[in-house]
Parts: sequence; C-alpha cells; structure tokens
Amino acid sequence: MSQGLTVLQRMKRNPMGPIRNFSIIAHIDHGKSTLADRLIQWAGLVPEREFRDQILDTMDIERERGITIKSQTISIPYTSRSGGKYELNLIDTPGHVDFSYEVSRALASCEGVLLLVDASQGVQAQTLANLYAAMEQDLTIIPVINKIDLPSADVEGVKEQIETELGLESETAVLCSAKEGIGIQDVLEAIVERVPPPSGHPEEPLAALIFDAQYDSFRGTVVSCRVFDGRVGPGDVIRFMSNGATYRVEEVGVFRLSREPRAALSAGEVGYIISGVKTVSDTRVGDTITLDTRPAPAPLPGFKEVKPVVFSSIYPVSSDEYLGLAESLEKYKLNDAALVYQKDSSVALGQGFRCGFLGLLHLEIVQERLEREYDQAIVMTFPSVEYRFTLKDDSTVTVDNPQYFPDPVDIKATFEPFIKASIIIPERYMGAVMKLAIDRRGSNPRFNYPSPGRVEIVFDMPLAEVIFDFYDRLKTVTQGYGSFDYDLIDYRESDLVKLDILVNGEKVDALSLIVHKDRAREWAVQVCERLKEEIPRHQFKIAIQGAIGGKIIARSTISAFRKDVTAKCYGGDITRKRKLLEKQKKGKKRMKMVGSVSIPQSAFVAVLKTDHE
Amino acid sequence: MNNASPSGLYVHVPFCKGKCRYCDFFSVTGNELVEPWLHAVCREASLFAEEWGEMDSLYLGGGTPSVLSDEQLAYLLDRLRLQFRFSADTETTIEMNPDDVDTPRMRRLRRMGFNRVSLGVQSFREVELAWLGRRHDGGRARSAIEAVRSAGFDNLALDLMYGLPGQTRGAWEQNLRLALQFRPEHLSCYMLTVEEGTPLGRIHALGRFQPLGEEEVSDLFLFTSRFLEEEGYLHYEVSNFARGAQRISRHNGKYWSHIPCLGLGPSAHSYRAKVRWWNVRSVGEYCRKIASGERPTAGSEELDREQLKLEAVYLGLRTGGGIPLALLENQPHSLGALDRLVREGFLRRDGDRILPTRRGYLVSDRLPLELLP
Ligand SMILES: Nc1nc2c(ncn2[C@@H]2O[C@H](COP(=O)(O)OP(=O)(O)OP(=O)(O)O)[C@@H](O)[C@H]2O)c(=O)[nH]1
Ligand code: SF4
Ligand SMILES: [Mg+2]
Repeated sequence: MSQGLTVLQRMKRNPMGPIRNFSIIAHIDHGKSTLADRLIQWAGLVPEREFRDQILDTMDIERERGITIKSQTISIPYTSRSGGKYELNLIDTPGHVDFSYEVSRALASCEGVLLLVDASQGVQAQTLANLYAAMEQDLTIIPVINKIDLPSADVEGVKEQIETELGLESETAVLCSAKEGIGIQDVLEAIVERVPPPSGHPEEPLAALIFDAQYDSFRGTVVSCRVFDGRVGPGDVIRFMSNGATYRVEEVGVFRLSREPRAALSAGEVGYIISGVKTVSDTRVGDTITLDTRPAPAPLPGFKEVKPVVFSSIYPVSSDEYLGLAESLEKYKLNDAALVYQKDSSVALGQGFRCGFLGLLHLEIVQERLEREYDQAIVMTFPSVEYRFTLKDDSTVTVDNPQYFPDPVDIKATFEPFIKASIIIPERYMGAVMKLAIDRRGSNPRFNYPSPGRVEIVFDMPLAEVIFDFYDRLKTVTQGYGSFDYDLIDYRESDLVKLDILVNGEKVDALSLIVHKDRAREWAVQVCERLKEEIPRHQFKIAIQGAIGGKIIARSTISAFRKDVTAKCYGGDITRKRKLLEKQKKGKKRMKMVGSVSIPQSAFVAVLKTDHE
Repeated sequence: MNNASPSGLYVHVPFCKGKCRYCDFFSVTGNELVEPWLHAVCREASLFAEEWGEMDSLYLGGGTPSVLSDEQLAYLLDRLRLQFRFSADTETTIEMNPDDVDTPRMRRLRRMGFNRVSLGVQSFREVELAWLGRRHDGGRARSAIEAVRSAGFDNLALDLMYGLPGQTRGAWEQNLRLALQFRPEHLSCYMLTVEEGTPLGRIHALGRFQPLGEEEVSDLFLFTSRFLEEEGYLHYEVSNFARGAQRISRHNGKYWSHIPCLGLGPSAHSYRAKVRWWNVRSVGEYCRKIASGERPTAGSEELDREQLKLEAVYLGLRTGGGIPLALLENQPHSLGALDRLVREGFLRRDGDRILPTRRGYLVSDRLPLELLP
C-alpha cells in the first residue's frame, strides 16, 4: 500500500530537483499556520501591508475560531543559503483531531513533514497521531520546536520527549519561534536539505491524485492534485479513473495565495486542474486522474475510508428546500471529504440527510459552512453514536439514529461503543478529573506516571459520553492543562433507552435521543430547560416534556406572552415597523412548525450544548 | 384604491421649549430657526401644491406647534390655504402643550380656523409629570383644558401616558377619571415606550429604573379599554379612543389605510400611490435644501404588493375596523392561523371582515406574522 516506497524508489532515479513537497503537522495551536506565515513572508509573496496573521486560514470560521479547518496548499519560491533555487509546496494542516482526515490526505502528496512541537506544551495527543500518520507514509520527518520565545518554553524537556515519546533524534530538531520570526531560515534549509525531492517521470502516463476539490460556481469543479507521473496541461483530455468520465482541461496551475495558471503540471508538482466539470459527482477525492489517450496502467492508491464516529441528521428548515440542500451537500462534500451522508426522513422535519462526522467540532463546522457558503437554513438533530441491538429472534441491528430504535418489547440486549480514554493532567487535577469521568460513566481507572508531577488516567468509557462536550468540560476542570485522547475498544452491553421530547403533546422525532437509562432523567431535564430558553413565547402556553415510552420524566413550560404591541404608529413609524415585520417574517421562515409552535433552528442546535453544573 | 379619498396635510413643527425625557420625535430647542423654518415650509408647500388635490384634514404636529406665535400660525394657515384646496369641513388639528394655552389665545386660534385641539397632558400627577420631564404640572393641565373648552372648541383630544414604573391601577384610573371630567371627544392613551437614544433610554440601559412588568402593563391596557368603553368611548385603534365614530381622528385614520398624506417640514413622512418618502431630519439642512430649490427628501420607498399587504394587515388589525377577509387570499396557511387566532380569542370574524379583540390589540405586532405566510 505504501505510496512512500514507490516515491523512495523513484527518488533514486532522480535524486536532485528543485521541488520539495511537505506538510506542517502538529497538535492544535502549536503554531503551524503562524510558521506558514513566516515561510510565506520569507518568500516575499505578499506585500507587508497586506499581510495578516494566519494568512492561510482564509475561511471566516477559521479566522473567527482561530483554528485551521482546511488544509491549504501554497507554492513558495526559496533560494537556499548556498544559492540553490527551490519551489516549495507547503501544506498547512489542521491540528484538531476532528480534521485528521485533512492531514492524512495532505500527507499523500508530500515527501516530508515539519512536525511542530510547542516548546511549552510539549508532545500532545495529535503530535503523536500525526507523527504515526506521517511514518505510515514513509515521509521524512523534521521535528521543529516552536514558540521558543515563550518564558515557559522548556526546550530541553521537549527534546527529551522527542527522544522518548516520539522516538526521533533530538539533535535533528530545529528550534524556532514562528511568532518572533526566529530560526525561520533554519527551517527552510532543513526542508531543502532533508526532504527528498519528488520522484516520478514527466514522460510516463499521467497519474495525478485528487486530494481535495472545490466547487466554483463560475468554473465548475476545481481539483487539487499531486502529479506523480506524467504531465498535464490545457487542452488535454483527462479521465477520472474511478468512473471513466472524461473532460477537456481548461486550466492548470499552482496555488499561490490565489490560483496561478501555468502551462502545465508535471510529475512531482502539486497544483490544480480546471476542466469544466459540471457533474459534481464525477469528482471523487482519492481518485486518480490520467490522460484519456494514454492512461496510467493502474490508479494510485487512494485514501483510507473515513469512519465517522458521530451521526446526526440535517434537514432544510423549510421542506421545499430539500433539493437545494441535496445539491449544496454534494458540492460541499467536494471540499470536505470527511463528510459522509445518505437520505433520511422525519415526521417533524420532512426529508433530509443522515450524516456521519469525525467529531462534534466537525459537525458544527459542516453546519456553519453549509449556512454560510451555501446559504442553507438547516436544522440538525441530536448527535448519536452507533448502537447495536440483539433482538429476541437473535438477529442484530445497528442503529445510529434514534428513529430506528427497535421496539423495546423486541429487544434482548443493547450495546454501545466503549473507548479507552486517556487523560494526561498535572496531578493536582486528579480529583476533578476522576469526578468528571465517573459522571460520564467512566470505569476501571488505571494510573500511569509519565513524568514527575503528571499523571495519565486511563478509563473505559462509553463513546457517547465523550462525543459531547467532554473535552470542553475537561479543559474547564483542568484549567486547560488536560489532554485527552481515545481509542475505540469494543461494544459493551448497556442499558439504553429512547428519550422522546414532546412539544404541546406532539412528539418531535428529530429531538429524540438514545441515552443510558441512568442518565435519561438528567438529559430530559436539560433538554426541556434548553428548549424553554430557545423557543420564543407564543400567544399560548407551551408544554415541553421528556418521556420514555409513555412515561413523562421531565417537563418545562413556556408561558404565553401577553403583549407585543407598538404604542404609536403614525407617518414615520409605519416604514420602520414594516421593516421589522419583514425581518421577523424572514426569521420565521427559519423556524420549524411543530403543530402550531414555531421552533427556531437555534433550538435544535441549543439542545446540543450542555452546561452541567 | 384610496386615491379618490381627499388627502391629508401634515406640518411638522420641529421646535420644543425643552426635551421631554421619553421623546424621540424630531425637534430642537431654541427658536432661532423658527422664522427660516416657517418660510421654508411655506415654500415646500408651493413645491407640491399643484400635484395634490382636495384635502380634508390638516394637522399641525411636532414638536410643539404651540411654540409658534399666533401671527406665525395665522401666516402659516393662510399660506397653506392659498396653496391647497381644503374641503369646507376640513378637520384642522393643532397639537398644544398645556403651558402654551390660555383662553384668549384659544379664541384666536379658533377664529383662525382650528377646530380640533390635541393637548399633550400625559398625566395630571406631579410625580409622573416630573419623571417624564414635562414642563407643566397637573393644575396647569386642568386649566389648559378649561381654557380650550371655554374658547368654544368642541373637539378636544387629550394625550395620556401609562405604564410608568411603579404605576398602580388606582393611580392610572384616577388620571383617567380626571380626564373624563372634561368629556374629551378623543383620548390617546399611550403605554410608555422606552426608546433608545432618549434620556430615558439611556438611564434604562444603566439599569436605573425598573419598567413596569409585562403583566401589569397588559392589565392596564385591558383595564383602560374596558373602562373607557363603559364610559362611552370607542376603542378604535390600539392607543386611541373616540366619543362616537364621528370623533375618530380623520387625519390619523389616513395613515392607517394608505390614504394619501403630504407631510411638510423636517422629518415629515408622506405617502401617495404606493410611494412613501420622508424629509431630512435636520432643520438647517431642510431650510438649506428648500432655499436652493431642492426637495428636502431624505429617502423614499415604493411598496410592492407584498409590502402593501403586510402594512394593510398590520395597520388594519391595529384598528377597530380590522381587515377584509379577502386580504388573506384564501391561503390555507392564513386561514388555519385565522381559525386558531379566533379560537384563542385574539380575532373575531364579522361577516367578511376580521376584527381584533381587545387581547388581539395587545398582540397586534404579532398578528401579521401569524396570518401571513
Ligand atoms: N509565543 C508564541 N506564540 C506563537 C508562536 N507560534 C504561534 N503562536 C501562537 O499560537 C497560537 C496558535 O497559532 P496557530 O498558528 O494558529 O496554530 P496552529 O497550529 O495553526 O493551530 P490549528 O491550525 O488550529 O491546529 C496563536 O495565538 C499564535 O500567535 C510562537 O512561536 N511563539
Ligand atoms: S414630547 Fe412633545 S413636547 Fe416633549 S419633547 Fe417631544 S415633541 Fe417636544
Ligand atoms: Mg492552523
């Protein structure tokens, strides 16, 4: 399977070349995007006054949240100390575990990585996970210790971790401060000296791996690819190897801060291809592009399939927008290969899609991007994990959607996925973390002492308890010092029930959730309270109830409002008032009617937010 | 549809002796600009004179029209009458502040042709008046009313305000009773609205007073409606009561039924044939524009079908006359909502019209949202 091996073999044929393809990988917030900034600035690609921090974080959500969500490619020219001229293809990757699929795809088009480690945080969960991903692809790894400017930087300690925890040689680590611009040239030199140039031959049949794509309403699908062999340019007829679809290439080019057309892309290069692809489904990330007239003998190995862990359904706020949502999802998926989805439907919400996500943040981002980039007003249902049921007839069913919860009379046993949760904290937070874990049904604690003053607690815990705000809670109780990682271990028998939510006596199927029996009441109370805050008052009283089977276990009431009236309405007041009404009417279109109750979209989202304690 | 009805003329007099704390009407203090304004208004009138046909209401509002001298008022009226064609029975209203009123003056105003006086009483209670920042006291309010009456006006409108912090039903009822002693032909009872950008709004933002609760204000509203109807008044609009249908404010009714109205003066709004436009909110700029022969318009809008309908439903359901059922156009959504709102007691059906109930008035900002898709 290893792409890397072939690369290494080919490298021998063509040892020196001007191109270097590498990714910057690290745990979240260790400074990847900031280092990318410095490299871009070194190349002088952007006039100083137009520069902004984390310039590759181009999406609004990335800037607002201060994290990278999408991998971003940029080609930068570099002249080395010894005068050699290079073209560096840099891919800045996200650090959050929910976007690890972005990292793994980026790695497939590289020969090396910069593995950043924050000098004050040290090695953390995603440092390891990303290192393993890079090793699996046989990439050259350059450890980089960043943030050495921080007073709390512990360079020696981190070097030791690099030896012991990462198994890399600490002398090979480059020291830098991306923020202060210290050690930047050392990083660049290490790249050109240590990362092997790409191999592959321009004269061989074209084989280009699609590692990302994007829908452009003017130009159709824009494919990001790494050319392994051959050459492609405008006018060529290309073929997508998975489905045989052919298109004539309109434009190829490389990524600067925007797309920059070139006459051709050749073996070893990373760039884009535009070929007027209008059928969105023709493009699949992981597919190989070749030439129709002279196809490659076999496709390149694609990517590992994504295995979603969190599931939720997406519905359009107004049911007549279903087709629009379908189209948007298809286009969106081009740019987020980690999303999987299929059709779904609900009594309360109509036709929609059941989606699988890599985590809760991923879910949140999908929702936001659909709204912002595709102007889709959507409602999402409560996230769920995948449960298993053994029925009385000894058949088993898998359910990730509360709607398909089997009839309780048929159920013999219920199972839920368990994880091995590993939490590393300074010892003083042990009490708080133990309590949190036990509240979340953690059991069988084991303790390791990786370094003095720090403790690793390992629990068995249901996955369902951590997909949800667990990490946030952990950060709160450990004041940001806790790190958390988990592996799925197995399915275990567990007492599960389906909690239904009723609004004025009507069951809102989209609000149902599968929960452990012991936690059902707590959840029910919380959802009822949340909805009470989110559903605006109506002219009538609204009862919200949580029920298991037919039994009500929690309730809340939204009192009727009595007054909503403007006292004075003469000449100038009328326009102002009408404009307000128009705005409110629009807002109402974004509400879901359940019976005669309008439930704002935000309510479906709000029940997803917890605030225990 | 309403272009056949005679139009209305509004003149905005943007001057006040001081600013009341709750007020967000456009007005300035000081009278340096009164004369320039007066001439500008007269010139503005001449810009429009030819386009506008018969008028049957003239309303001098503000601000405080009573800060104008009698001579200025007479001059203004003369000029307007020269420019526009007023029907013989024109309703000619002037808004006055109690501290500008005495009997001889009111006699002169009557002779000029004013036949309706709207007095900004707000309250007869000293504490309330002081809190609102009004410049008169309760005694002054009473003597002003007496002066209007003794000058022979038979169409008196009083403005009152309720829903003040801490106001009890008893205190409000007492105010109403005091007003009723004079048997005003018309009463406007406004719930206090704390507007952003006013002094009251600012101290409210600072948390310096606790507005009366929604329950209490709602109770006062319903009480007012019931009480005044028992006293023989018609609750014909959310905040307006008339002693008999012929005392309904003809001029204000035009705003609520898309009848053409021309507004002169800074910040005044006009409406005709689906178009609404409004003047600049500055006396200086207004005068400058007029002086240079420009229309002092600050903005305008042409209402499309949807917008006209939205306004018609909104404004109609704020009035006792309600709206024709036909306005809802047999939309299943609307008819479903209508049934529900009737069942819940916010609306009632009367032949082919839909009328708001008392409780319906109280939620009238919500009704169009429920009824229209
Ligand atoms: N003091 C100091 N702060 C740094 C340095 N490099 C980055 N930072 C800060 O660390 C924070 C995170 O930096 P980013 O570059 O966004 O981190 P990232 O690794 O790209 O984060 P994700 O993309 O979300 O995984 C920002 O506040 C940076 O200013 C450094 O060398 N020194
Ligand atoms: S309420 Fe009337 S008198 Fe008081 S400031 Fe406003 S316009 Fe002037
Ligand atoms: Mg980043």
